[in-house]
Parts: sequence; structure tokens; C-alpha cells
Amino acid sequence: MQTRRDMLAQSATVAGLLATAGMLPEPALAAWNKAAFEAKNLADVAKALGGSAPQASGEVTLNGPDIAENGAVVPVGAASSAAGVKRLLLLVEKNPNMLAAAFDLTDAVEANVATRVKMGQSSDVYAVAMMADGRMLYAKKEIKVTLGGCGG
Amino acid sequence: MADPMRIRAQAAGDKTTVRVLMAHEMETGQRKDSAGKPIPAWFIQEVTVAHNGNAVLTAQWGPAVSKNPFMQCTVKGAKAGDKITVSWVDNKGEKRSDEATVA
Repeated sequence: MQTRRDMLAQSATVAGLLATAGMLPEPALAAWNKAAFEAKNLADVAKALGGSAPQASGEVTLNGPDIAENGAVVPVGAASSAAGVKRLLLLVEKNPNMLAAAFDLTDAVEANVATRVKMGQSSDVYAVAMMADGRMLYAKKEIKVTLGGCGG
Repeated sequence: MADPMRIRAQAAGDKTTVRVLMAHEMETGQRKDSAGKPIPAWFIQEVTVAHNGNAVLTAQWGPAVSKNPFMQCTVKGAKAGDKITVSWVDNKGEKRSDEATVA
């Protein structure tokens, strides 16, 4: 006879199998790269995304203010003039988790994106362009924050 | 259902600048409420921009993106009258999709 406990354990196993097989209707959640978003430094982010060691490059630009008055809303943008950029990343070095956003590009969009991020304190901000061959190029800029965006 | 997004798509030559303002809490999971209990994370994880039905950009976001997120990108080859669709999914599985016409 099956107890309720067995049933629960079994259905959990089945759900796990379905999830690994990608059969649950949650493609977005499965695609979200947890390892990359939990990484604490640039090298770990690069590794989690399958890229090589990042190197500084003049072909990548980071647009952002020198001083941000409000750390909760810091406008930043990443752009690259290099050909074949597959992905643009925005990272804030001193945030609890470094990676803020990753943009997967296709040929139909320019390698130029902008958004707003939160910054807990003054920190270096990185714009990283990931090439189709896995090379990672970055530009960084220090943004000073007057009022942190992670207080509660 | 979350509030609608505000999407503006403006053509200039053969490029279209798409600006999106989404309505979302973007809770990081780091903050605590007045009773000292952590507020669970709640943020948009994936954003897709589609031009006439073809996805041209997908973004993965972490909780470090600001509340009521803004995003801008440039779509090549989009003309006035084309449709730009933006959709997002958050970490609770909620989703929202809105459409705008290129002006």
C-alpha cells in the first residue's frame, strides 16, 4: 500500500525528471542562468556563461553617470562596436551578486542596450560584450553613489 | 496581472529605438520588513523583444535591475507601422506582454 508520504516523494521525483527533461511549461525559469546571477566576481560570471577570461577592450563602452545621486535608479548602458557580439552584460562589482542583466542579441538588434540598475554603494560597473567565439571584452567605470539603493 | 508596459518605438532611418518602461516591484530579497523578516525576492527574470513576431532580443535580469525597469534597445530594419512586442516573465511565473506600433 502506498502512503501519502510515498506519493509525495514520487511525485516530486517525477516533477524533477520532467523539469530536467524540460517538459514543464517554464522555459523562462529553466533558461535563467542561476549560477551566473549568483556569481560573486567577473571570472565566475564568465565561467557560468561559458566564456573565456574577460579582457579590457576599447571596443566596448559603458554609458553611465560619474555620480549617481540615487543608488536605486542608476541609468547604465552597454554598447560595443565589435562585430559578432552575442551577448551584453551589465555588472556592478560591489552588489551582493555581481551580474545585473544579460542581453542576448540577434543580428536584428544593435549591440547597444540601456537599462537602470540598483547599486548598494559606489563601485566599479562593468559592461561586458561576449563574442560568438566565447571571448569576453569589457569596459569599466567607477560610479559614485550618494545614496545606496539596497537599504531597507 | 501587472500593469501594462509603456512602450515607445521610434523609427529613424532604418533603425528603430525601442524604449520600454515596465511596472514591477523588482524586490531583491535582501531587504527586511518592519518585523525584521526578509522580503522574498520578486523580480523580472526574462524579457523578450519581438519585431513582427520574431524575437530579436532576450534579456535575463537579476534582482539588481531597478524597480519599474526601463530598457532601451535598437532594432535594425524595423519600419513605421511594424509591430514591436515586449514580454516578460518574473520569478513567480507571472508574465505580461504588450505591443506597440513603430512610429
